[in-house]
Amino acid sequence: MSTRADYRRMEDSITLAPLEEQVAAQRGGPTAELLTLNIGPHHPATHGVLRLLVTLEGEVVRDIKPIIGYVHTGIEKTAEDKAYWKVIPVVERMDYLSYYFNAMAFCGAVETLLECEVPKRAQYLRVIHLELNRIMSHLVWLGTSALDLGAMSMFWYCFREREMILDLFEQSSGQRMHTRYFQVGGVIEDIPLGFEAKLREFIAIMPTRVDQYNDLLKRNEILLQRLRNTCTLDEESLLGLGVTGPLLRAAGNPWDLRKAAPYSSYEDFQFKIPVGTVGDNYDRYAVRVAEMKESVKIVEQALDGLPEGPHITADRKIALPPRHELATSMEALIHHFKLVTEGFRVPPGEVYYPIESPRGELGCFVRSDGSAKPARVHMRDPSFVNLQATAAMTRGSYIADLIATLAMLDPILGGIDR
Amino acid sequence: MPDQVGLELIAAALGEAIPGSVLDTEYFRGQASLQVAPSAVRPVLAALRESHGYRALMSVHGVDYYPHEPRLGVHYQLLDMFRVDRIAVKLRVTLDAPSIESVTPDWPTANHQEREVYDMFGVEFEGHPDLRRILMPEDYEGHPQRRDFPLGGEPVLFTHNDATSPGWTR
Repeated sequence: MSTRADYRRMEDSITLAPLEEQVAAQRGGPTAELLTLNIGPHHPATHGVLRLLVTLEGEVVRDIKPIIGYVHTGIEKTAEDKAYWKVIPVVERMDYLSYYFNAMAFCGAVETLLECEVPKRAQYLRVIHLELNRIMSHLVWLGTSALDLGAMSMFWYCFREREMILDLFEQSSGQRMHTRYFQVGGVIEDIPLGFEAKLREFIAIMPTRVDQYNDLLKRNEILLQRLRNTCTLDEESLLGLGVTGPLLRAAGNPWDLRKAAPYSSYEDFQFKIPVGTVGDNYDRYAVRVAEMKESVKIVEQALDGLPEGPHITADRKIALPPRHELATSMEALIHHFKLVTEGFRVPPGEVYYPIESPRGELGCFVRSDGSAKPARVHMRDPSFVNLQATAAMTRGSYIADLIATLAMLDPILGGIDR
Repeated sequence: MPDQVGLELIAAALGEAIPGSVLDTEYFRGQASLQVAPSAVRPVLAALRESHGYRALMSVHGVDYYPHEPRLGVHYQLLDMFRVDRIAVKLRVTLDAPSIESVTPDWPTANHQEREVYDMFGVEFEGHPDLRRILMPEDYEGHPQRRDFPLGGEPVLFTHNDATSPGWTR
């Protein structure tokens, strides 16, 4: 049998017959006019390797079946074979636009298991990086979404500001992406000299840049027609589908874990939670853009109030000793050796640690069996859950709105497939 | 999170409403969880929604407890947005009969998540509208997240090694 025929056979289990019957019952006639269209997996508008089987009646979407798994790399399986501190760089690669969040969720879960206290300075440094990451993630979303809607220049403007953030990440950790900056118990290093000045520069510039994006897009006739009152979904259905984050807030529910269940000292900062009213694509756009400004406020407050003190826990059973101690202290050398070879052991138990990622609730479930390697690491990735809402949002609307909705949904395939 | 007393109260109320449903309670690191009988999962989740306010199902995870028996576990993370309260419902099934009732009819969000647990652990969800593999290929054999599933490579098929390929993808 040829390879092509084999592929067809593998897809036999995907059946559209019940759906066609349903549509036929609605229309009271045959479904000969239904067209099944395959979008992706390699299509610029799917923001990754997402494949959609779209059932169309004319130009109107009747149903969507997402097919995922094209970038499944078994990260959760890999994590089970690594010491806890070696898992951090692996989980960072799940949702590749919000790597600090992945690391935060995992470190938070392990810290809960260890009952490890994170120093205040480390918590503030985490908040600074998390919020910078949130802005960076939203900038990529805004640039690529505007590109989907035909606004080419937005992409360059967004990536210009993203570059400033990546430079800051490089300054604090040496890497632009997948920085491995967060450690269990704190952060790997204090921020270097010159970081603050550069960050202040960014804080001064970013709100005006967000205003500029809004000037370009907010009253843009093309954007308004593409986004306003398209693919609306009410709060109740969104909650039923488990949707969280900006998508839920766009429908008017101000659920944000940073406010509702503060972690990492978020209770110290003053910020607002932007909410929408209708829950259409325009609200989804407006909520995210407004969030960028709020994130800048949080970064500024965290930088102003950055407490003095250690940047990582003093518990030598968890955190590496400072490099200079290795030459003088036998104990430090032993700790260093134990941590680098075996890693630290974690008391047995199971915890779930949810945080607010740019796309919604990112929860990390960690099960420890008492050894130095986790027995199970599972990420409740918001993109994976939110993707289920695509069909509910777009059923009955035009295929052009499907592209806009997918852009406003902001799925990250690395997070979906893991 | 409900405190330890609150958890016991919920467990007692559930045990009264659905006899034999709650097997155990656990309060660990400030997180409350109920161990329930596999057959009672759907009524328990429904009762937690109706009588205790846990109106959102945030996550479904699969766990393999190898080498302990029963091996497979499924966890449901419930959330009450008004009281900002979470509770975990956990159950265990054996490898021989890894079958429980699907909660997708009550909670549409469980659809993809149950499919993932099925794909990775082989737990079958009865009454799921579309129980297929979700992340692994359709013709994949085995459930890779089980603890006894070997870690190891699979040759990647390229044009240059097509001739020597063992034929797994043909």
